[in-house]
Amino acid sequence: MLDGSFSTVGVIAIVLMFISLVILLGPIFARGFGAFVFKGTVEYRKLMLDKFGRGDRERIIAEVAGAAKTREPVYELMEQFRVELKEKDYDYRSRYGQPFKELEELVEDLFGPAPGSSMPVLVRGQYGQTRWDRANVKLGNILFIEEYDYSDSSKMGELVLVPRADLFAGTSLEPLFRLLESDIEKMMRPRTTVYWRFLFDGSYDSHFFGGIWPELLGTFYLAIGAMLFAVPLGVITAIYLAEYAGDSRFVSLLRTCISSLAGVPSIVFGLFGLAFFINAIHVSPSKSVLAGSFTLALLVLPTVIRASEEAIKAVPRSYKEGAMSLGAGKWRTVVTVILPAALPGILTSIIISLGRAAGETAPIIFTAAVSVGKPLALWETMSQPTPALPWNIYNLATEHEAVDEIRHVQYGMVVTLIVLVLLLNITAIVLRARISKKLRG
Amino acid sequence: MNNDIGELRKPEIRGPDRSPDRTGSIITAKDFSVYYWKKAAVSEVSFDIPARQVTAIIGPSGCGKSTFLRAINRMNDLIPGCTTSGLLSLGGQDLYSSKVDVVSLRKMVGMVFQKPNPFPKSIFDNVAYGPRIHGARDRGALSNIVRRSLERAALWDEVKGRLSDNALGLSGGQQQRLCIARAIAVEPKILLMDEPASALDPQSTSRIEDLIGELRREYTIVIVTHNMQQAARVSDMTAFFYEGDLIEFGETTQIFTNPTEKRTEDYITGRFG
Repeated sequence: MLDGSFSTVGVIAIVLMFISLVILLGPIFARGFGAFVFKGTVEYRKLMLDKFGRGDRERIIAEVAGAAKTREPVYELMEQFRVELKEKDYDYRSRYGQPFKELEELVEDLFGPAPGSSMPVLVRGQYGQTRWDRANVKLGNILFIEEYDYSDSSKMGELVLVPRADLFAGTSLEPLFRLLESDIEKMMRPRTTVYWRFLFDGSYDSHFFGGIWPELLGTFYLAIGAMLFAVPLGVITAIYLAEYAGDSRFVSLLRTCISSLAGVPSIVFGLFGLAFFINAIHVSPSKSVLAGSFTLALLVLPTVIRASEEAIKAVPRSYKEGAMSLGAGKWRTVVTVILPAALPGILTSIIISLGRAAGETAPIIFTAAVSVGKPLALWETMSQPTPALPWNIYNLATEHEAVDEIRHVQYGMVVTLIVLVLLLNITAIVLRARISKKLRG
Repeated sequence: MNNDIGELRKPEIRGPDRSPDRTGSIITAKDFSVYYWKKAAVSEVSFDIPARQVTAIIGPSGCGKSTFLRAINRMNDLIPGCTTSGLLSLGGQDLYSSKVDVVSLRKMVGMVFQKPNPFPKSIFDNVAYGPRIHGARDRGALSNIVRRSLERAALWDEVKGRLSDNALGLSGGQQQRLCIARAIAVEPKILLMDEPASALDPQSTSRIEDLIGELRREYTIVIVTHNMQQAARVSDMTAFFYEGDLIEFGETTQIFTNPTEKRTEDYITGRFG
């Protein structure tokens, strides 16, 4: 009876966990997918040609020209109204001047700079909307004004969409809105685009355009760098604790320290990294991949030590006795028999730590991460900071000046990080299974 | 095969071999004791183990027979709190003097354990493990050693086609013979066997016993066993341990047919133990 209900509770817990995982990951994956596959507009193809030299030059130029032609009536209508505005009296000007200026900005937002106007400095101003979903949002902004209805004082203001065309009713500009609405596809030419290079492109204008390669590379540098320090140190410590240390009071104190180190909040590691590696011993003049790797190494060290120690202790005593009875010294026994037999466990701890190091944000805030940067060459990691996925996810979602414009990049980064960590964990499982099988014969 | 076992069962067929190169003792214990944290597991035993013969150590559980065996190649060093007193010498050299190099001692004294413990490596690497740690690097020479050792352990014919297979894929009996091959690959003078057949089925056991019969021509074998028939079948000399004391030591025929001590007789006839 009790057994039955206990396993029922267990199954329910697992099912709940699975469901919440699906609920959590489903939308993230769906939206992150949008960074890789989306409807790109003619502006996107123009940007790719200009900035990355991709695509068929002739065809894109022709397409851009074609799109420009369909946009001409829009600009003509606006030019006509501009002239009209100048000729009319003060009342007319004060009534339509400001709304028209607003409209001009919105159109520029949608299509990029108007023909004949000067080129903006920022890359984001030089192109119209590259993504069809964003173009539709911008079009919505042109067609409708968001207003709030406060007439019922007992409720919160209610959002009301007022057609902008009403504002310009009776003027020569009125047809513009219908024109935009009906011809937007011709003007933007959306086409399904697969942008797998999102992973390997640098970004333009702080992630307005381009990909996440600097972040991805930075994450690799930091995680691999952390393991370069953590693994030798951790495994050697584990060997010492399991095989040499014995059971003195000092050793049990050491073990307690290692365990408590595993429970220290990661932000504390970050502050320690800044205070020790950068301010005290100056491994680099300022934030750098090196300092970040050291800090992350400290963070994962307890995990590596504990898991490796367990793996070493789980090696049957008879292996050790067999090796020693053949005349092998202690160190040789460790290297030739114990470590190979403990390898699956050690490897698992290493790969899981690798995933942890790749995903940690707090330790690198103070020691390694910057929000925008170029992909680093290997030797630059000694002295240069790098962008990295976890930090940039946070940064783009909270501190970017146009959070709403680059949602797809944020989700793309999140998905990339999740998949990266997932892949590492799967590798761990497969590797472990294969080595255990090899050991078992 | 069955006939062989039938013959081996008779204690009479094993007597001390007195051919010239087989006389003389190789291991000498004199008032030798082993302590675990001051508690004596073996207390003041004195006897000589003859060279190139099979000496069986029998006795009930906890009598100190395994402890004594493991004292010979100093495997007890691994156990914390284990100390010794008195003299245990190998070819005249005090095993517990500070001059003894444990590595070369263990090269000279091979050991086979109760449970087969091949390394999780290939059959070849298992046998080559000892030679390798003692400096053999040449692949051809190693192959020869591996082949010869496996032949002597009567395993070659069964594994010759799959030397690179994992040793843990072998059966229990094969694994134990592999462990014997691994032990003799370093050319020891002495083989210690700690209940080598207790974890095996009867057929594998009889193969191991046959093998011991073969190996006694070349090695001094000290075997600890629970199984008195086995001791009678395979050994030339028998030592009976009881509660850390050596009660009686003598030729196997004599111990099993005409023991001088009452306790030996009681144990052998199954009145206790």
